[in-house]
Amino acid sequence: MATEITSDVVTSALPASAEENEVRRNAFQRLLRDPQAVITGSIILVFIVLGLLANVIPAHGPNEVVLSATNAPPGTEGYPLGADATGRDILSRLLHSINTAMVAGIIGAGIALIIGMTLGLIGGYFDRFRTPVEWGATIIQTFPGLLLLIVLMPLTGGDYRWTMAIFGVLLTPGIYRIVRNQTVGVSRELYVDAARVSGVTDFRILGRHILSVVRGPVIVATTFLFGSAIGTQAGLAFLGVGSKEIPSFGSMISDGFRNLYIAPSQYIWPAVALGVLNGAFVLFGNALRDTFEGARPKAEKIEATAVVEGFAADDVADSGQLVQVRDLGIAYRSPGGHLNEVVRGVDLEIRMGETLGLVGESGSGKTQTAFGVLGVLPAEAIVTRGSVRLEGRELLGMSQADLNRLRGSSIAYIPQEPMANLDPVYTVGRQLVEGIMASTQVSKAAAKERALELLGRVGIPDPARTFGAYPHEISGGMAQRVLIAGAIAPKPKLLIADEPTTALDVTVQADILDLLRDLQAEMGMGIILVTHNFGVVADICDRLAVMQQGEIVESGTTVEVFANPQHSYTKMLLNSILDEETIRTDPPMAAAGAREGAR
Amino acid sequence: MLLFTLRRVLFGIVLFVIVSFTTMWLLSFSFDSIIGSKLGAAANVDSIAAMKADLGLDRPVPVLYVEWLNNLVHGDLGSSFFTGQPVIEALPSRLAVTLSIVGPALIISAIVAIVLGTLAATRGGAVDKAAQGLMLTGYLIPNLLIAIVLVVVFAVNLQWLPATGYTPLSEDPGKWLQSITLPVIAMAFGGAANMANQVRGTMIDELRKDYIRTLRTRGVPMRAIIIRHALRNAAGPALTVFGLTFITLFGAALFIEQVFALPGFGTYSFNVALQGDFPVLMGLTAWGVGLTIGVNLLIDVANGWLNPKARQY
Repeated sequence: MATEITSDVVTSALPASAEENEVRRNAFQRLLRDPQAVITGSIILVFIVLGLLANVIPAHGPNEVVLSATNAPPGTEGYPLGADATGRDILSRLLHSINTAMVAGIIGAGIALIIGMTLGLIGGYFDRFRTPVEWGATIIQTFPGLLLLIVLMPLTGGDYRWTMAIFGVLLTPGIYRIVRNQTVGVSRELYVDAARVSGVTDFRILGRHILSVVRGPVIVATTFLFGSAIGTQAGLAFLGVGSKEIPSFGSMISDGFRNLYIAPSQYIWPAVALGVLNGAFVLFGNALRDTFEGARPKAEKIEATAVVEGFAADDVADSGQLVQVRDLGIAYRSPGGHLNEVVRGVDLEIRMGETLGLVGESGSGKTQTAFGVLGVLPAEAIVTRGSVRLEGRELLGMSQADLNRLRGSSIAYIPQEPMANLDPVYTVGRQLVEGIMASTQVSKAAAKERALELLGRVGIPDPARTFGAYPHEISGGMAQRVLIAGAIAPKPKLLIADEPTTALDVTVQADILDLLRDLQAEMGMGIILVTHNFGVVADICDRLAVMQQGEIVESGTTVEVFANPQHSYTKMLLNSILDEETIRTDPPMAAAGAREGAR
Repeated sequence: MLLFTLRRVLFGIVLFVIVSFTTMWLLSFSFDSIIGSKLGAAANVDSIAAMKADLGLDRPVPVLYVEWLNNLVHGDLGSSFFTGQPVIEALPSRLAVTLSIVGPALIISAIVAIVLGTLAATRGGAVDKAAQGLMLTGYLIPNLLIAIVLVVVFAVNLQWLPATGYTPLSEDPGKWLQSITLPVIAMAFGGAANMANQVRGTMIDELRKDYIRTLRTRGVPMRAIIIRHALRNAAGPALTVFGLTFITLFGAALFIEQVFALPGFGTYSFNVALQGDFPVLMGLTAWGVGLTIGVNLLIDVANGWLNPKARQY
């Protein structure tokens, strides 16, 4: 029962021991292939080895004072890097400083790791301890860390090891938060529940399932903390906290800095050593993170959809339709640079006042097609071929400014998740006014009046109240009405609705469809309705197009296709409708009445 | 909103008490050695015990703490063991020096971070790569080293600016500006790098959200979407980092003051800590913790103002 889970790929925890080892080995191999990891890792190793040889390489001890060697220049016999103002061998002090730095790192990062891990596992796994532990972490974070290290000098006696131990405690919240968040995530997984139900003790679950998941991010964080501890120790030694007997980068920099006018090179050795060591730890941590946690979302410029190099829209005869999509191809680039088409040669036509249902399973390319027509595909997408025309005007390759003008007047969009599509920090009214003012050149007062009128039109009972409400203060059905109001504000000719009812309650769904139908009758616009629900299609669509794996496999009038589906995929989708009742062919008013009667 | 603020203030006071009590408790372990150093050559077991009783330090820590807190409320932090100067008078002038480098450094960091982070997140490609390179450099080099390089290049070699010393703003604004320029640059480097990285990440997440796409379909220009919506939504997380950066910079100032020989909080606390001047140390803690909590409080309240949802808690 209690199977091992993969450790290093947090997002895809596969319950198989063999695969765990596989993944772990892969992570290690990837690390070995990453030049940044290899170079910085080697630098750290070289430093460690040099530190271990601190008593072997130099001819003098780190605190051995030879008055005749005072401020000896580099290259002096027995003093390869020279000697400092009190006649101590700089090379010897430098190598011993490496050991001080490493011990500081081990103590600081080690203590943060042990305490942070323990608290994180406890706070993340046992609900009852979460609040007190969280409080503790917040308190520690509030300590002005470095000031405290200095204020507590009477307690530590300036011993850098004690100072680093306290510093480790101050670093604890960093590790704690990572471990807690990961633990909370994992402990809600089904396999952990299963283990718990089948009587595996909490202790074993923590050790076996959860520890292995948090390991990756914790190793990464520890690397950064190690660098941070080294830097802080150097800083404190620079200030003079700590024994003068202990050689350290910080005290060496301080000595050299004071001697700047006499021997300007003395501070350079420890400064470079500290900079390189610190940098190696940070870059090594970065490389580890890339390996363990995978690539993060990249920054991309948001603009009109990209087209392939040398793209020219297909030159097709204008059919006089409202929208004419010919041979549309949309692709995404694979990591290897290869283009994978997700929409492959789609043809669509919509007349004014007509509703076209674009049907298919998730992943069939229907939303991509809709976004392609709207010109709001993700930045990674690229149009490979075809033509999209609105009243004869080619949209593909159109400039961002022209597209904006068109969006504010002719094309509109209703999204799937109403809540996610309203900006949480502005009131509903402000967002509507912003859209109206962007599309029509009216005054703010006129835009507000229009917004209130629209809110009333889409069936919101108290427009003024909703106008002043924040998105989190209204229901999902209300939010969808608000979004419809925003979409129809410029009286568009084409409305693209992407699963407009999927996220809503069943009773609200029918109301929203009725509203769309009424608005269409009033404004005469064409609608592309993206959906996976044949019930919705039967309810509102004049024609439909069925998509599978990026291609349209069947299209025709709704009545035709429902009566006589040709393609096996269409038949399969039609058969998967569970409830015959959801296929309504009667007019909406009667349907609404039937619903009332059913209650 | 008022209730929210009130709750935050209460939370801050509780935090202050916990942190300052912990500090006093930790320091209580070294009372003997502090008094030993005050007595100097005359220190022995009897004289230490006598002086401890004299100063009232032989009482339990909770009693000492309540007395300290009570005095604090009445504006009295005691007097230095060594100079006899009232603590409450000794600190503000030093704090002013520190804040006059931390404040500008924080503001400059924030401006640079917002511009750099937003550019990187919204332009992508080469601009993003260059910005990330800059951030990494700022993060890689300890600001102690940056400070030293600045001194060597601009003060020692080029002699454009003074290497050390501080002129109060009230005395000579021009000289004040000269005396804080290098320290501020040294501190802003790391602070900006850290914050810019955060702004970039938050902006990238924000720009991928659904409402951005919906705004685009309404014909709202991208520039307005970035400034009015994405940046505004990213401001919350960025403010939190702003608060943490203040604490970091306040700590970094301790080193930087030493490099530029500024008579600030850091230099003072270091000297005081060497002597173990207990009343002054507690005063320093009160100021340091109070400042930290105060800034966090401001950030929390600002966050509540920025994010309508947060006001509920």
